[in-house]
Amino acid sequence: MVLALCVLIHLVTILYAIKSGLSASAILSRTQGNAAFAAFYVLFVVAVAIHAPIGLARVAEEWLGWRGRSLGIVMLALAALLAAMGARAVWGLYGG
Amino acid sequence: MAANVSVSGPTRRNDWRARGNIGYAAFVAHRISGVCLALFLPVHFWALGTSLKGAAALDQFLSWTDMPLFKFGEWGLVVLLTIHLGCGTRLLLIEFGRWQGLRKGWIAIAIAMSALVGALLAAILLTK
Amino acid sequence: MQTLAVRIWRGGADGDFHRYDVPRRDSQTVLDVVTHVQRVIDPTLSYRFSCRVGMCGSCAMTVNGVARWTCRTHVSKVAVNDTLELAPLSNLPIVKDLTTDMTVFFDKWASARGQFKGDKTRADDFANVVPETPARKAADAAIECIGCGVCYASCDTVSWRPDYLGPAALNRAWSLVNDIRDTSQNERLRAIAGDAGCHACHTHTSCAERCPKSLSPTAGISGLKKLAARAAIRGELD
Repeated sequence: MVLALCVLIHLVTILYAIKSGLSASAILSRTQGNAAFAAFYVLFVVAVAIHAPIGLARVAEEWLGWRGRSLGIVMLALAALLAAMGARAVWGLYGG
Repeated sequence: MAANVSVSGPTRRNDWRARGNIGYAAFVAHRISGVCLALFLPVHFWALGTSLKGAAALDQFLSWTDMPLFKFGEWGLVVLLTIHLGCGTRLLLIEFGRWQGLRKGWIAIAIAMSALVGALLAAILLTK
Repeated sequence: MQTLAVRIWRGGADGDFHRYDVPRRDSQTVLDVVTHVQRVIDPTLSYRFSCRVGMCGSCAMTVNGVARWTCRTHVSKVAVNDTLELAPLSNLPIVKDLTTDMTVFFDKWASARGQFKGDKTRADDFANVVPETPARKAADAAIECIGCGVCYASCDTVSWRPDYLGPAALNRAWSLVNDIRDTSQNERLRAIAGDAGCHACHTHTSCAERCPKSLSPTAGISGLKKLAARAAIRGELD
């Protein structure tokens, strides 16, 4: 249910990502101190950190037969890892 | 028969012959691209995170990305992302939009969009 | 005389294919072929059929890898180089030969609240259902299902997670969701909103492509996804 809204947001953010991604060269000069950039990518990272583990969990259930608590825990850990690494990346580009 | 009787046992499963429909192909493209993107994400975040160590470290990393294999990888990922976006948009329209059939046109759009983005990016990367 | 080389699944889940040579005839259906084998070659062959004209939905089998009504499938349409491969439906336990146990299939209809529940008695007047309303049209589009199991056997999501309710049960639920006389809508939504319900569907669209009646369970499932999401946001599923 939460997924429904997140996927919508995710979709819009991907559109943006492609647009900006294609012209991404002198990255740091454009990103440092850019609050809109940071806010947007924090949102993107959060959406991705939710969407990716949910998608991978379905794949694990259906194609690997891996179900239940252990899968949930690993996927939560993956979500946390993605969120942390994503936050570090955004912070690096914005503040570093 | 008792209410909670559940007869179960091994069943036969479908093979590729039952999977010839275009919607199935769209599913496979969507899933494979999604798994590849998920596997790539940590690498992507790690690479951008090296900018924490300063512009020099990032530059060193970016010089890596000049290698042809790396460029090909980048190109593939953007194409995968476009495929995932196109197929995902179709699903959102089917699931949240007004019912208008199986929206196979969107599969064509996803193919066209990824081909276009792929060509564009290839042109940019090759002329840089 | 031209003959068909027919490979037919014999035995239970651990069975295998046996070969039979069947005379090729004009306007021959796959069910004609199966019947020939049973009447002329091997009377121990088990299979299910009744009406022979596409009304009862009991003769569905896997024909050259694809689930079909055998009575409405001409040999000329499916035979490859005069060969046919006939197997019981996928995703259902095999009783013997071409016969599957459909208990779980119909149990899932019941789990998806496939029963109508009204609040009127015979003393009440007829309910007034306006044919032009969107709900009635949606019910119309789903209501012709005869429960043959072709969609269920074609659905890989059922193969991958056997507790998934499947396209037929959800299609039935959707026709009742759009029945304005029904009084158990909340229970029904709760029944179909779980992990094994409508949200498990990956929109392979195999059900819609294979349905011999050209129904689209995908349409109903997407409708249920919308309703379930809305109900969850409003907290009506708790």
